Amino acid sequence: MNMAAKNKQPVVITCAGPLNGVASGLLTWVDQRFPLMSNWRDHLAEYYAPKNFNFWYFFGSLAMFVLVLQIVTGIFLTMHYKPDASQAFASVEYIMRDVWGGWFIRYMHSTGASAFFICVYLHMLRGLMYGSYRKPRELIWIFGMLIYLCLMAEAFFGYLLPWGQMSYWGAQVIVNLFASVPFIGEDLSILIRGDYVVSDATLNRFFAFHVIAVPLVLIGLVAAHILALHEVGSNNPDGVEIKDKKDAAGHPLDGIPFHPYYTVKDTLGVVVFLIIFSIIMFFVPEGGGYFLEYNNFIPADPLKTPPHIAPVWYFTPFYSILRAAPPMFNSQFPGVVAMGAATLIFFLLPWLDRSPVNSIRYKGPLFRGALTIFVVVFLILGYLGTEPTNVWGQFGGWLGNADRATVVARVCAIVYFLFFLLMPWYSSIDKCKPVPERVTC
Amino acid sequence: MSDQDVDKCKRGFLVAATGVVGGVVAGAAAVPFVGSMLPSERAKAAGAPVEADISKLAPGEMKIIEWRGKPVWIVNRTKEMLAGITKNNSKVSDPKSDVPLQPDYAKNEFRSIKPEIAVLEGVCSHLGCSPQFKSADAKSDMGMDWDGGFFCPCHGSKFDFAGRVFAGSPAPVNLKVPPYKFVGDGKIIIGDDSKGA
Repeated sequence: MNMAAKNKQPVVITCAGPLNGVASGLLTWVDQRFPLMSNWRDHLAEYYAPKNFNFWYFFGSLAMFVLVLQIVTGIFLTMHYKPDASQAFASVEYIMRDVWGGWFIRYMHSTGASAFFICVYLHMLRGLMYGSYRKPRELIWIFGMLIYLCLMAEAFFGYLLPWGQMSYWGAQVIVNLFASVPFIGEDLSILIRGDYVVSDATLNRFFAFHVIAVPLVLIGLVAAHILALHEVGSNNPDGVEIKDKKDAAGHPLDGIPFHPYYTVKDTLGVVVFLIIFSIIMFFVPEGGGYFLEYNNFIPADPLKTPPHIAPVWYFTPFYSILRAAPPMFNSQFPGVVAMGAATLIFFLLPWLDRSPVNSIRYKGPLFRGALTIFVVVFLILGYLGTEPTNVWGQFGGWLGNADRATVVARVCAIVYFLFFLLMPWYSSIDKCKPVPERVTC
Repeated sequence: MSDQDVDKCKRGFLVAATGVVGGVVAGAAAVPFVGSMLPSERAKAAGAPVEADISKLAPGEMKIIEWRGKPVWIVNRTKEMLAGITKNNSKVSDPKSDVPLQPDYAKNEFRSIKPEIAVLEGVCSHLGCSPQFKSADAKSDMGMDWDGGFFCPCHGSKFDFAGRVFAGSPAPVNLKVPPYKFVGDGKIIIGDDSKGA
């Protein structure tokens, strides 16, 4: 005690007991053979994170939590699911009705998919607001975008598995996107389907991608995302580098150890998340037709497209852009390019933002306005993607009887791209506020 | 062995040579893996022609049959439906069927062998959904100038009763006409147009 007080070390009270000796002995034995404690220190106990994390910083850890949830529920679903076109639909219903607790696991998995995208979209918005993609965090952002692409692939492959009407026709549409690639498209789509139409062969391989190939890549990317983050350190709502101001011991003045401070905070986040998640899972697992579409409770029928087909909500902003692009040169490829570009353009963000400051707190009105407009446009596109193109009726003859929703989607799609393409200009002429030396609380 | 004894040049060459040879081997080994994803022999063999009975197909009615896993529509078109097609010549993007999506014997005004019997692949040329039959009565949904045809629910493409796409639709080209022939008493064979038998 006295020694510790002299060295101004914090007083640590340990509970002495016979087990403690055994445990520390075991720990030493492991540590001589595996870098357990050094990893614990580097990534948790002595990873210094800014002390001013706010609400928006819950979603990274929540996304990781949902990933674990999806993997665990997914493993248990594969114990009963049959990846066979003649049995798949029935095996899902079997899980729902006859397997003990099957409905719980299945709804957790299907609700988890939407929850995953909610967390990831909010996590990305956080990055946009506080400039978390900016130097030196470009690679974190790129790994994150790759995770997002994997997640989209994972969701798409997984959605075919119940072999309902939406599964089938959704896969039909998305695979045909690849068929529109000039020259190689037709062969490419046959290679993806393994058949000339979406069939048993397609279902079987999508199952392989969904349960093993993509998850492996996903886990690797999540590890890379976190390693890159812990290499450069976390950003924060003020966008100031906490590593610039350190105490005598070399710890950032505005940093606090991730464990226990943020492990406890994130656990609270998980508890609140689970309350909301449970309400949805138990009472509205279909999410009003947005999480599980009603048409997907009808077995796949290759001869009949449902009267209205739309992807699940998390794809609809991009789907709207696809639908908004007019065909050119006898091909719908321009729409496919627009949709692809809408997703991939996020990768360029670190180099498009020329603002002198990181955080929206100190960015000027131009960037704030642009980001607000972008979010609104993203939501409008997302809404329109869930509805048929005639949802708002037609304009009169003066606009060639065009569907109102299509025209709005075209305007929104243009604004969507302008947010990115004009960013080098508006972010560099913006009137930014002075950034404080240290984080504000 | 100290580092001075290393022939860096030789080492570099060996590393590069190993890399190139290893890369070629890995590339060659990838061939069967990619090949395994192509349609199997069984999938290729499943494209046999199908026969349909159209003797009971009343004027104005449509029948859907499955050929190669795709819906094929057979429509018994009435005089009014045929007149609607002629009226649409100025509104469709390829009125003369110049894009080769039909056998030569169906490259005509009504895109068919017999004017009244339409045979079309019910697969939208946009992204592969199956469009819906919308009669001329569906003016409330389809607009006042609608003379009947097909409407794709996925992305709103419109086709007339000859499967010709209306200009301004997302679908770039007309619907396909599969190879077909008439045999005997009101029977039709889809997927085979050979003259024999």
